[in-house]
Amino acid sequence: MPETYLPVLLALAFALILGGVILAASGLIGRGSGGRVKLSPYESGEPLLDPSRKRISILFFLIAIDFVIFDVEAAFLYPWVLVLREGGWPLFWSVMVFVALILVGFVYIWRKGGLDLKKRFRTRWQEASHG
Amino acid sequence: MIELLTQHGEAILFYAFALAAVVSAVGVISLRNPMYCALSLLVTFLAVAALFLMRHAELLGMVQLFVYGGGIMVLFLFVIMLVNLHRLREVRLFNEQVPIALVLGVLLVALFGWVFLSLPASAPGDSTALVSLDGEVVGNAKAVAWVLYTEYLLPFEIASIFLLVAMIGAVVLGRRD
Amino acid sequence: MSGLLAAMLEATGPTLFHYVLVPLIKIAIVLFAGVLPLIMYLVLAERKVLGFMQARVGPNRVGLWGLLQPIADVMKLLVKEDVVPRRAVRWAFVLGPCLVVAPAFVIFSVIPFGPPAATEGGISWFVTDINVALLMVLALATLPVYGIILGGWGSNSKFSLLGGLRSAAQMISYEVPQGFALVGPLLLAGTMSLVGIVEAQRDLGMWFIVPQFVAFFVFLVAGVAESNRNPFDLPEAESELVAGFHTEYTGIRFALFFLGEYANMIVVSSVAVTLFLGGWLRPFPSVEALSFLDLSFLPAGLGGVVWFSLKLFVFLFVYIWFRGTFPRYRFDQLMALGWKWMIPLALVNLFLTGLVKVWV
Repeated sequence: MPETYLPVLLALAFALILGGVILAASGLIGRGSGGRVKLSPYESGEPLLDPSRKRISILFFLIAIDFVIFDVEAAFLYPWVLVLREGGWPLFWSVMVFVALILVGFVYIWRKGGLDLKKRFRTRWQEASHG
Repeated sequence: MIELLTQHGEAILFYAFALAAVVSAVGVISLRNPMYCALSLLVTFLAVAALFLMRHAELLGMVQLFVYGGGIMVLFLFVIMLVNLHRLREVRLFNEQVPIALVLGVLLVALFGWVFLSLPASAPGDSTALVSLDGEVVGNAKAVAWVLYTEYLLPFEIASIFLLVAMIGAVVLGRRD
Repeated sequence: MSGLLAAMLEATGPTLFHYVLVPLIKIAIVLFAGVLPLIMYLVLAERKVLGFMQARVGPNRVGLWGLLQPIADVMKLLVKEDVVPRRAVRWAFVLGPCLVVAPAFVIFSVIPFGPPAATEGGISWFVTDINVALLMVLALATLPVYGIILGGWGSNSKFSLLGGLRSAAQMISYEVPQGFALVGPLLLAGTMSLVGIVEAQRDLGMWFIVPQFVAFFVFLVAGVAESNRNPFDLPEAESELVAGFHTEYTGIRFALFFLGEYANMIVVSSVAVTLFLGGWLRPFPSVEALSFLDLSFLPAGLGGVVWFSLKLFVFLFVYIWFRGTFPRYRFDQLMALGWKWMIPLALVNLFLTGLVKVWV
C-alpha cells in the first residue's frame, strides 16, 4: 500500500524542480539594475514614514489557535465516516458527545467576544485616536 | 542501477527520510533564528509523516501532516509577532536547563528501549496488525477508526475535553486586562 | 507505443513501472498538457469575460481574439528584473512563491480526472488513488499559507506583512468550515478515496450535490475564500493594502504567486467537481434513457474526462462571474461570516447527515 504514495512523492519532486527551474531561468534571462531608491520598500512614493517591522495585533494569533483546535477536531471526525455504517447508534452518539463538548467551547469563545473582530478592532482604533 | 532501486528502494527511502528527520530535529534545537527552528520542525514532522506512511500507518501519517501543518503555522505567527529577530543574536537561551534535559532524555531513551524490547518480535515488513480488523484486511484508516471509537472511546472523549480547555485558554490569553 | 511500454515494463519490473515510471509520465502530462496551459488561458478567459461583463472588448491585440496574449505575458514576466527589496529576508522572499505553487501541483496527483481502467492494463485517468486522499488534499491545502506568510514577512514592507497575515487569517478561518462541510459527503460515501467517492455517487444514482447542498454551499464559499478570490480578495485589497502580500514582488516570483492563485482555483474546483458534481459521471447517472450521454463511443473512458472538464469549466466560470458581480467584503465581515455562519451551518449539516446515515 505505501507504493500508492510514491507518485505523490514524485509529484512533489516534480513541483519543486519546476519551481527551481523557473526561478533559475528568470535569474539567467532577467535583467537587473539595482539602486538604493529602487530597492527601498514601497511607501506610495514617499520616503519611508516608519519602520516596516511592526507589532501585530494578537488577534491573528488567537484566530490561528482557534484554527488549530478545530483542525484537530476535524481530524478526529474523518475516521468516523469510514465506520459509522457498521457502528450504528453507539458510534453516532459517542462522536456527538465529542462534538457537543467542542460546541461548548465554541459557544464560550463566541459569548466572550472572541469572534467579534469588529468590536475589537474598533475599540483599539478609538483608544489609539483618543490617546 | 534499476535492480538496486527495485530491491532496496524502500530501504533507501526509509534512510533518506530518517536522515532528514534527525538532521532537521537537531536543527530545531541548535539553530539560533527562531524562524529557521520553526521551519526545521516542519521538515521533521513531514519526514516523520513519510516514515509513518512507509510503515503502513496511513491515517496517522496523514493526520500528522494535517494537524502539524496547521500547528507550525501558528508557531510562525508567534515568531513573527512576538520575537524581535534583530536583537536575538546575543541572547543565550535555555542553557541552564541542560542537566535536567539530559536526565529526561536518557529516561526517554530507556523507556523507548524498554517498549521496543518488550514488544513481540515480528518481521520488519509485517503490517497485518495495522491494516486488519478481526483478521480481515480492511485498510489502515478503517482499522484505526474502529479501534479509536470503540476500544479507546474514553481517551477519545478526554481528548475533546483537552481541546475544550485549549479553547478556554485561547480566550483567556486574548483578554485585554 | 504499447510495445515501448511493454519493453519498459520488462526492463524495470512491475513495482517500478506501475508506481514510478507510469506516474511520472502521467504527472508530466497533467502538468504540461493540462494544468499549466489551462492556467494560462484561464487568465485570458477571465480578462475576456470580465471585459464582456463590463461592456469592453478585453485583450485583442496579440493574435486572433488575443489568443497569444498568455504567451506574451509569460515572456514579459520572465525577462523582468527580480527585485529583492533592501533588508528583506532573502530565503523567505524566494521560498514564499514556491511554497504557494508546489502543494497545488501535488494535489493534482490524486484528483481523478476520469474513470479507472475498465480492463486489466487499460488507462486509468488519475495518477494515483490513495485510501486517505481527501485528508491529504486538506492537509496540503494549508501549506500555501506558509508561502504567503513567509513572503509577506520576508518582504520587509508593512503592506506585505499585513497582507500576508490577513491572508493567513482568512485562509485558516475558512479551512475550518470547509473541513466540517466535507464530512457530509464523506459520510454518504463511507470512504476517503476520491475515486471511491465518485463511485459511491454512481452507486447512489445521484450527485452528492442533491443530498448535500448545504455542504456544497459552505464548500463553495470557503473555496472562494481560500483561493483569495472575489468577493474575498482582501489580501489584495488595492485600496488599503496596495497589493497585499505580493506588493514587493516583481517578475517571475510575482508570476509564481499568480500561478499559485489560479492553480488553487483549479484545485478547489476539481475537488468540488469530484465530491459534489459526480466527477467523471454524466448527469443523472441512474437514468438509463440518458446513457447515450456516457459518450461511450470515445475510447478508453475519455467520455468521463470530457464530463469532468465541462464541470470544471463551469466552476471556473462561476469564479470569474463572482469577480464581475460582487463587491469586496470588509475584513471583520469576512471573518464573522466564516466563524459565525459557515461553521454552525456545517456542523448542523454534519449532525443531520450522520443521523440519516445511521437511520436509513
